Amino acid sequence: MSIVFYVIAGLSVAGALAAVLLKNTVHCALALTLAFAGLALLFLELDAQFAGFAQILVYIGAVAILVVFAILLTRGSETPQDTVLSRNPLVGLVTAAAIFAVLGWAVLHSSLSLPQESAKPQVTVMDIGNALMGRYVLPLEIVALLLTAALIGAVIVAMHEKEAAK
Amino acid sequence: MNAPINPLTGYLLVAALLFAIGLAGALTRRNAILVLIGIELMLNAANLNLIAFWRYGPHPELLTGMMFAIFSIAVAAAEAAVGLGLVIQIHRHAHTTDLDAMSRMKG
Amino acid sequence: MIEKADQIFVLLSHWLVSFLPSALQPAAAVLLSVVAIIVTFPALFAISVLLERKGLGRMQNRYGPNRVGPYGIFQPVADGVKALIKEDIVPFRADAVVHFLAPVFLVVVVFMGYAVLPMGRNMTLVNMDAGLLFFFAIGASTELSVFMAGWSSRNKYSLLGAMRAVAQMISYEVPLLMSSVAVVMITGSLSLGKIVDAQNQYTYGFPHWYVFTPWGFAGFVLFAIAATAETNRSPFDLPEGESELVAGYFTEYSGFKFALFFLGEYVGMMGISGLAATLFLGGWSAPFSWLGWVPSWFWFFAKVMLAMCIFIWVRGTLPRLRQDQLMNFAWKFVLPLTLLNLIVAGLWRFMGEGWLRWLVCSAILLLAYTLMGRGGMRGDHIGPRSYRYAE
Repeated sequence: MSIVFYVIAGLSVAGALAAVLLKNTVHCALALTLAFAGLALLFLELDAQFAGFAQILVYIGAVAILVVFAILLTRGSETPQDTVLSRNPLVGLVTAAAIFAVLGWAVLHSSLSLPQESAKPQVTVMDIGNALMGRYVLPLEIVALLLTAALIGAVIVAMHEKEAAK
Repeated sequence: MNAPINPLTGYLLVAALLFAIGLAGALTRRNAILVLIGIELMLNAANLNLIAFWRYGPHPELLTGMMFAIFSIAVAAAEAAVGLGLVIQIHRHAHTTDLDAMSRMKG
Repeated sequence: MIEKADQIFVLLSHWLVSFLPSALQPAAAVLLSVVAIIVTFPALFAISVLLERKGLGRMQNRYGPNRVGPYGIFQPVADGVKALIKEDIVPFRADAVVHFLAPVFLVVVVFMGYAVLPMGRNMTLVNMDAGLLFFFAIGASTELSVFMAGWSSRNKYSLLGAMRAVAQMISYEVPLLMSSVAVVMITGSLSLGKIVDAQNQYTYGFPHWYVFTPWGFAGFVLFAIAATAETNRSPFDLPEGESELVAGYFTEYSGFKFALFFLGEYVGMMGISGLAATLFLGGWSAPFSWLGWVPSWFWFFAKVMLAMCIFIWVRGTLPRLRQDQLMNFAWKFVLPLTLLNLIVAGLWRFMGEGWLRWLVCSAILLLAYTLMGRGGMRGDHIGPRSYRYAE
């Protein structure tokens, strides 16, 4: 395992930890951006360039900004009066630790019969385009429909209601 | 523990760790937006899993893993938009984003 | 001899790197190119700042700065010294870490965009297969730095300026991408090197630049509008308008950090001009085939500086757009035109060569522009002034 992998993975995990542990919500959102960037670098390390750049474009360029806007519009950046943790944090922590234990055990003990260092896949963007328009055209159209519905839905949900009763 | 030094193992462990951290965040924080942040982390961990298996698995030229990850990114973005719209509307109505205070449907 | 002049930087880099052991050579070559970019573009930034101040001054019927050297040519040096020795004031309640990181993040991100621009024949830093996507992904990250700057100052004016700037940048991101998708469609590749190669052909001495086709011209104009809005330049500079919001999202920045923001803005402008030159104006290819003896890097930088001059010219000429006019313009005029441009580019590709496709494509675009322009203006009722207060 190369040193680059350890550095990037450390960065992502640190960003994720900061995103769920910090008190100030905007700091959490910025740490989340760091985690996204670390993940995009991991994708690039895995020779998935299109996925890596799409991750930066969509997650850092859009989702992170959405989260930040939502925090600002809901006054989340003011310091909370009580603790930041919910009433029963222990249950959540135990559940998460248990799930990590199960997943880690599964990963380490499974007989991974996959080839170790398979040759670098020669994937060009043209292959991805052909695949999207060929084999995956139906999911593409459904995702387009889904995105349109989400767009209209988000606008309707978050719109200011006009004062109906006068 | 006879763990083979497999690069795939490293990626899967990182993905599992990120998933657990996201889950812990979604289950223990009070603010609704932080729950959504946790959900985004979980989706990202799943994407990492997909891309890692695509890279180290058989037949990467079929692009299955990468397609799945790209569609997952698109769907996650849509879900984040609608979820955050909901949180904003709830705040407008109840003037709080505290999940413990919003535990009843009445109001 | 002509090839030597054309490839002079490549040959220089090979010669310098050959002094090192062969294990270090690839890393040293990349490092050398990075250093060259970091040195060249701030130098061009200094020239553009001077050009802007003198040019704007002349357009406003006054001399620009003319004290520091003959005709004021050492003004950038004076500006640099001032920025370095000014006291760095951080407000007491500001969030110190984020306040420090915002300009750093901006500068890092805008310099990363230069990695994929083909600045001459064989002069791309990283020849990526998805180079255009990389550039747009990096450009999308600048919005986050603007937000960080505005929020960390804990100042209502900064926050307002930052939110306006981010809303503007997000709205114009979509037309920016869509107008370049037409180029990608016709070329068949996201790689900027291939896009330049496709334009580097000549018929009867005239180049095959995309700007000389109907869809290319419309795409170039729409790209230019979107690029002006993305870099917060006039007439879209409401977020940093001096008369509206003090200085917008960098109100609380002084001294070197402000200089970094300024640098980031201009370097971003040059980056996006470089992209416009690559996509529509043929990158490093010469305007006429008999001018091919001039080195390719000269044409690239000439086109970038021409674009900067156009930016400065537009700033001096047009009045500022209000925020709602800006957003209206983006979503209701520029975006539908870019989508129509995509259809027209497809039509262009599938009609055969000849005069018919020129006629049809130009007719569709002109008709759409006229109809939408007229239709957009008809709804404006200019009545007596009314006031709306914030609720």
